[in-house]
Amino acid sequence: MKSTIAELDVEALIASLGECLSKQMDERGLRDPLLVGIHTGGVWVAERLKQRLAISGALGQLNISFYRDDFSRLGMHPEVRPSQLPSTEDRDVILIDDVLYSGRTVRAALNELFDYGRPRQVLLGVLIERNGRELPIQADCRGARIELAPGQRIKLTGPSPLRLELHTVDV
Amino acid sequence: MIPVHDLQLDPQGNLRHFLTVEGLSREWLVRILDTAESFGSVHERAVKKVPLLRGKTVVNLFFETSTRTRTTFELAAKRLSADVLNINVWVSATAKGETLLDTIRNLEAMSVDMFVVRHPDSGAAHFIARHVEPHVSVINAGDGRHAHPTQAMLDLFTIRRHQADFSRLKVAIVGDLLHSRVARSQIHALKILGVPEVRVVAPKTLLPVAVETLGVRPFHGLEQGLEGVDVIIMLRLQKERMQGALLPSEREYFRCFGLTPERLARAKPDVLVMHPGPINRGVEISSEVADGPHSVVLEQVGHGVAIRMAVMALTMGRGQ
Repeated sequence: MKSTIAELDVEALIASLGECLSKQMDERGLRDPLLVGIHTGGVWVAERLKQRLAISGALGQLNISFYRDDFSRLGMHPEVRPSQLPSTEDRDVILIDDVLYSGRTVRAALNELFDYGRPRQVLLGVLIERNGRELPIQADCRGARIELAPGQRIKLTGPSPLRLELHTVDV
Repeated sequence: MIPVHDLQLDPQGNLRHFLTVEGLSREWLVRILDTAESFGSVHERAVKKVPLLRGKTVVNLFFETSTRTRTTFELAAKRLSADVLNINVWVSATAKGETLLDTIRNLEAMSVDMFVVRHPDSGAAHFIARHVEPHVSVINAGDGRHAHPTQAMLDLFTIRRHQADFSRLKVAIVGDLLHSRVARSQIHALKILGVPEVRVVAPKTLLPVAVETLGVRPFHGLEQGLEGVDVIIMLRLQKERMQGALLPSEREYFRCFGLTPERLARAKPDVLVMHPGPINRGVEISSEVADGPHSVVLEQVGHGVAIRMAVMALTMGRGQ
């Protein structure tokens, strides 16, 4: 089912994302999963999901700046907060981001996850899944799926309250 | 001649080369320190590298011997996934009469992206920076008596890890300031970051003429110079550069200027003792102090990798 931006309520999206992930955790038999948010929106969403899914242990935070594929075009991001992640060796990882768009951020995040060890499996959960994929990457769970025009960007602002904003850029 | 600060920054204000800290803004120095902080944990992971400079080629071009600086630059480049060529020129082509520019042109023909240069002549890295192709960056790893900016930055990084507030620090730089490019870069960096009191402590023969013009307080006695300081930076007595009778003997030097536990007691109780290495034990510093609880000498070496990663990432990641 596809939603329009006007219908999007962040709390409801987190609830349905959480529900889907909880079901996946049961079906796939996830043991003591490691919840990892992609900086910054994904970390906010992951913090909310942590309570909802009753996941113990520290939240992993991934900053993919060093793994981006546009470094040589855009250069260093001025404020890079280092990733904080325990070893991912043999862990069940639930990777969380706010918006899945081109798929490049998730590609970078997967590469970085593997530099902390070899995870047993990785699930991807996103608050919003939009059209415009440039890589063969899909989410396992999403809060909502929306259809946007090529120049439209959706962005999560926060951390409290969490809000979704729609922008239009030149393409 | 192009002024150095114009040479270091590109027209968009990005750091293109890193030749000296002189002329760089406080914001730039803080950005280098913050970027180094973000690289600080890479060595703790299962895979000790990030793919930032994958496919880039870094040349370590050393016209002077060095172990620590060259290996930490090499490790920094490798942790960023760059390919590294180590060229020791004193045993290479220039020994056969090739000029510096010929050496650079030949290496450029092999599509390299960065030169890390150490040279016994002041200004050598600047000279190379003026002549390289637009996409190539140059990092000064020490030129003559002029500058050693990455060493100064790693020292500041080490100080910041222990003392967050630079605006209240008293720092003493002790030893052979006359021959020290490290000291010159440290003084500039400390002043740019707002350290109010930088002291230089040395016998008259080892202090540059008119050193006060750099904004430092000279002391000719170690005891007074160390009184109440937060940080002591010891310099290596550069025996290989000592021509002429600047000192009576090494033993005499240690008697007057060697850092011993008794003299250390003059400084603040939580004083940091730093040394860029290699240490001459029993000449400028006693082993008790070099290996003692105040010493952060080995920490400095580790920080050298993070600082060099930061400078490489910032200069190579300029965007287009």
